[in-house]
Amino acid sequence: MQNNVKNKSKISEVLGRLAGQQIFIPIAALLLLAIFNLIMDPSFYTVTLGHNNAGDPVLSGYLITILDYGSELAILAIGMTLVTAATGGQDISVGAAIAISGSVILRVLCGTDSRPDTLQAPIIVAFLISCVVAMLFGAFNGALVAYFKIQPMVATLILFTAGRSIAAWINNNELPIVSDKTFTYFGGFIPGIPIPTPFFIAAACMIVTALVLKFTNLRLYTQAVGINESSSRLNGLNPQFIKFLTFVILGLCVAVAGLIKVSRLSSINYSVIAKDIEMDAILAVALGGNALSGGKFNMTASILGAYVIQFLTTTLYKFNVQSDALSAYKAVVVILLVVLSAPIVREKCSALWKKIKGTHAKEVA
Amino acid sequence: MKEKAVLEMKNIHKSFPGVKALQAVDFTLCEGEIHALMGENGAGKSTLIKVLTGVYGKDEGQIFLKGHDKEAVIKSPQDAQRLGISTVYQEITLCPNLSVAENMYIGRTKGAVQNWKKMNADADKILKSLDIPAKAGQQLSSCSIAIQQMVAIARAVDMDCKVLILDEPTSSLDEQEVQKLFGLMRDLRSRGVGIIFVTHFLEQVYEVCDKITVLRDGQLVGEYEIKELPRVKLVAKMLGKELDDMAEIRDAELEYKEDTSVPVLEAQGLVSDAGIKPFDFYIKKGEVNGFTGLLGSGRSECVRAIFGADKLTGGTIKKDGKPVKINKPLDAMKNGIAYLPEDRKMDGIVGDLSVRDNIILAAQVLKGFFKPFTKAEANKFADEYIRLLDIKTASADTPIKSLSGGNQQKVILARWLLTHPEYLILDEPTRGIDVGTKVDIQKLVLELASKGMSITFISSETDEMLRTCSRLIVMRDRKVVGELSGEDLTQNKIMGTIAGGEKE
Amino acid sequence: MAASKKSSETNKGLRGRLNNMTNTNLLLLITIIVFFAMYIAAIVFQGKGFLKPQTFLNILNANAALIIASCGMSIVMITGGIDISVGGVAALVSMCCAVYLDHHDGSVFGAIVIAVAIGLAFGLVQGFLVAYLDIQPFIVSVAGMFFARGMTTIVNTNPFNVVNEAFVKLKTTRVVVPGLGSVNKLGKYVDAYVEIGVVVAILLVIVLFCVLRWTKLGRNFYAVGGNKQSALMLGINVKRTKFLAHLLCSLLAGIGGFVYFMHVGSGSASHASGMEMNAIASSIIGGTMLSGGVGNIAGTLFGVLALSTIQNIVASAGLDQAWWTGITVAAMLCLFLLIQSVVIARRKKA
Repeated sequence: MQNNVKNKSKISEVLGRLAGQQIFIPIAALLLLAIFNLIMDPSFYTVTLGHNNAGDPVLSGYLITILDYGSELAILAIGMTLVTAATGGQDISVGAAIAISGSVILRVLCGTDSRPDTLQAPIIVAFLISCVVAMLFGAFNGALVAYFKIQPMVATLILFTAGRSIAAWINNNELPIVSDKTFTYFGGFIPGIPIPTPFFIAAACMIVTALVLKFTNLRLYTQAVGINESSSRLNGLNPQFIKFLTFVILGLCVAVAGLIKVSRLSSINYSVIAKDIEMDAILAVALGGNALSGGKFNMTASILGAYVIQFLTTTLYKFNVQSDALSAYKAVVVILLVVLSAPIVREKCSALWKKIKGTHAKEVA
Repeated sequence: MKEKAVLEMKNIHKSFPGVKALQAVDFTLCEGEIHALMGENGAGKSTLIKVLTGVYGKDEGQIFLKGHDKEAVIKSPQDAQRLGISTVYQEITLCPNLSVAENMYIGRTKGAVQNWKKMNADADKILKSLDIPAKAGQQLSSCSIAIQQMVAIARAVDMDCKVLILDEPTSSLDEQEVQKLFGLMRDLRSRGVGIIFVTHFLEQVYEVCDKITVLRDGQLVGEYEIKELPRVKLVAKMLGKELDDMAEIRDAELEYKEDTSVPVLEAQGLVSDAGIKPFDFYIKKGEVNGFTGLLGSGRSECVRAIFGADKLTGGTIKKDGKPVKINKPLDAMKNGIAYLPEDRKMDGIVGDLSVRDNIILAAQVLKGFFKPFTKAEANKFADEYIRLLDIKTASADTPIKSLSGGNQQKVILARWLLTHPEYLILDEPTRGIDVGTKVDIQKLVLELASKGMSITFISSETDEMLRTCSRLIVMRDRKVVGELSGEDLTQNKIMGTIAGGEKE
Repeated sequence: MAASKKSSETNKGLRGRLNNMTNTNLLLLITIIVFFAMYIAAIVFQGKGFLKPQTFLNILNANAALIIASCGMSIVMITGGIDISVGGVAALVSMCCAVYLDHHDGSVFGAIVIAVAIGLAFGLVQGFLVAYLDIQPFIVSVAGMFFARGMTTIVNTNPFNVVNEAFVKLKTTRVVVPGLGSVNKLGKYVDAYVEIGVVVAILLVIVLFCVLRWTKLGRNFYAVGGNKQSALMLGINVKRTKFLAHLLCSLLAGIGGFVYFMHVGSGSASHASGMEMNAIASSIIGGTMLSGGVGNIAGTLFGVLALSTIQNIVASAGLDQAWWTGITVAAMLCLFLLIQSVVIARRKKA
């Protein structure tokens, strides 16, 4: 009996320490979802090896779907985390920017003909051009925020409005279709490898990010600027440039996500592509336990958060929730998260907690 | 309650976590008097005023007002307004986007609909009676700061106040505007209003005030008639030194020696957009000098200009005799200058970051974006300085904001020492920290200087400066008014220079 | 606009007068000039169509809902906040009313009550979160927007036209504007008309203009937006003022949603898409400062008109692809944001 109590206290101690960690939030959310699915329908977890139309081996199942479709989100979460950390605001134009970069890729690949039989340019060239374009749009957002001091969300509202229109304009409102098979590899499967390619792209992005964070001072600089701009300036940093830089980096992430998105369809639908993805990206950052008001960030937690969001989306799909209705559920999650992390609510909660603890301690005594 | 007293505060206590801001402070204000509330920064003046105006609740004590038998209950600025206590703050607390008349009446009219005609007419009448050159319909932001300040006073006056608090209203006014304000104050005094006047400018106190109450370290030093307290005595009271024990013997080693070598840093006609008069400055190798003067005299602005923290609008800087350009802090850092800012919380610490990150920040920025310190290096630096400066922290990973003020200051100091500067500027490094740490920092300053570092040391506590500096630059009203070294470095002499000539 | 700038530089008296002008009036003046310049440009380049009163009235007919929503947006922006949810709320209102009228055989009065209730509900929740829990208004209302759009789909997936008799009668009611009629090609005199929504919008504009100009609440909005800290010191209940601003904005979005519904006569999840953007753009073009404290309902009205005129020009210039509209709105928004930024910077220097 006594032993049991001891064990219990040890477990609670470990749990307590874990709960203090930022990454606890997405892990807890993930576990919650996993258990929910396990109870409702264990078949959620089955993964089968089958063959696709081309006769190549592919893995399928809900878990694979999560890994597959969570990729774009995870990539975006990387950039969004940096923007959030440095500026204390979010970029709501990522969906529109993905439409633009996707449109650019198709435009370069297809040339003037909207349905060419052969590629008009190597895929790598198309991708690099789209990277430059996406980074330019990121720079536009960044300039408005950093140098004109417009609130991030309002500044990015401009691109949010115009982005999909610009994307349509790039291709003259036509819907180019790429017939080359290799182009589908980025959003599908590479022959012979049963794991979806987007997962590898996301993994590559994560590795690059990890290396950048390790071998540059990006983390220190963005955090310092986000926490105390005035102090950062007195320590020789250039806060405006760093804010600007985070938006450009986000632009790069957008280009990669755009490649995956258009590769999935081999085409584009300007008004639907990456719809509402800005919401998911912001949610991923929030779910990762990062303060939306900027400052310290945990990249791993953000990326994990992205996959949790995809887990939630997939679960909702499984229960036949329509794609247009998804946003309502997610909005509720967002509101819950921001309410729980609001300083006023936290203060009240910790006061309440102390009270409960106090009475508990008295009882024990 | 005393006769003629409009306000009596008795035995006021107020503490914040870790600080006793007010201890058993009494304060009495009579009708028709201008009463100066004096004290160094952190002495508790603003806390006392905030308690009186309901911004803070008091821990203990009573407040009595004329015409009320019972103790006055003041829980919010609105309560204070209702009881006839009006405040004009240092920063204008009006809305710049509204008209003058609206600013005078908003927040205190009854009924849902504003009668504009009447309001404008009333406002014009008051402005006229107080001789304020503004029109009721004018947008506030189109008035000069002085007029805005007066509009704030007009608002207070019209509320039929019995107690008017002026919290450093003159810091942004020029001489003419100040005279106008004083005229207004005298006028109000003759109408029987009790005025509490907080200012850093000694001349102004002697010009308009009737009485002085001095606070120090949250405690009451005393209440004096203006005639009984000459300037030098007032400065002594504020600093907590009796004139007699000021003849301190200084360390022989620190004697200022004539030195003809090229200064490590030399500035000429330096002026920044922070509103200081152009000044010249130099510092030699291994020298410790200091800027002294009351708070608001411009000492911080001077060093900020040297470091490039404020935008320079004129002047030249020479490093080791060669001219250098300092446009931003990074330029200064590259020239071996380090600056520990006055406002630790706003400009110093990066609150959520760990002690380690805070220590390596400046050195890291100097080293470059693509060359981060390895974890081992960072740990080594952090541990080294935590040990060297005896920083009390649970670990190097602890967020700096959870450290005590003194330890935070040591972390910032460590940050700059890690950059191995040739010239270190310390702006109020000892403010708000415990005595032990103060002594540590002073010792460290002397030690660093003996190793050849040039240091500028600024402190509100003159004895600290005397113990560390071999040359003092004295400032008053944003102007350099004197330089003391050698035999002249005594409390009496410093205070005399700070106070300036007595006005007849 | 360029001309006015030039003359102000050459003429010191005029320049001085411009400098003395309050921010509200200066920005309003710019907006009115922009609107007239655009309308004249439209007449010159797009032919006589724009000279017909009915063309102008049609702009009003098509944008009555936007005018109402923009007024709410301006109020929130004057207090220093923002509300992204207005389009979503309008869509939700249109769908709920449509379902109520057709599937439940409801009355028009009931539908109005539903519209107002939805607006109030959003206003209560968002206002509480923003004002009393101190959460960024942007995050709250972005979530509100997604919630409203999602709920619209949940209420009914497919868009449909409402056939309820009483409603259709209301929808097709035309209010004749006397004296503005014109003679058509067949030589017959045709009355100029506006829809009921326009009457509602005009009434609301007048009422809100008066509220902002002359009531205590209205001036409190300005004070809170001008300087929150000062407003508190001046004895204003800042939290309640912010709360009321958000409540009013969502309520107006609800009413605007119903007016929109009256104009299109159907319920759909994609209704009023981009309305929040247009409302923000109209407010900013109308001289409302994003930073709060400056703005004017009359300016907002002109903002909507300027925006829709340029959209009409774009459309009748043959660039009728939907994407041109988005780009134009964004470009206008960007331009005016930069103008504001410059105006503020210059005033600060002076």
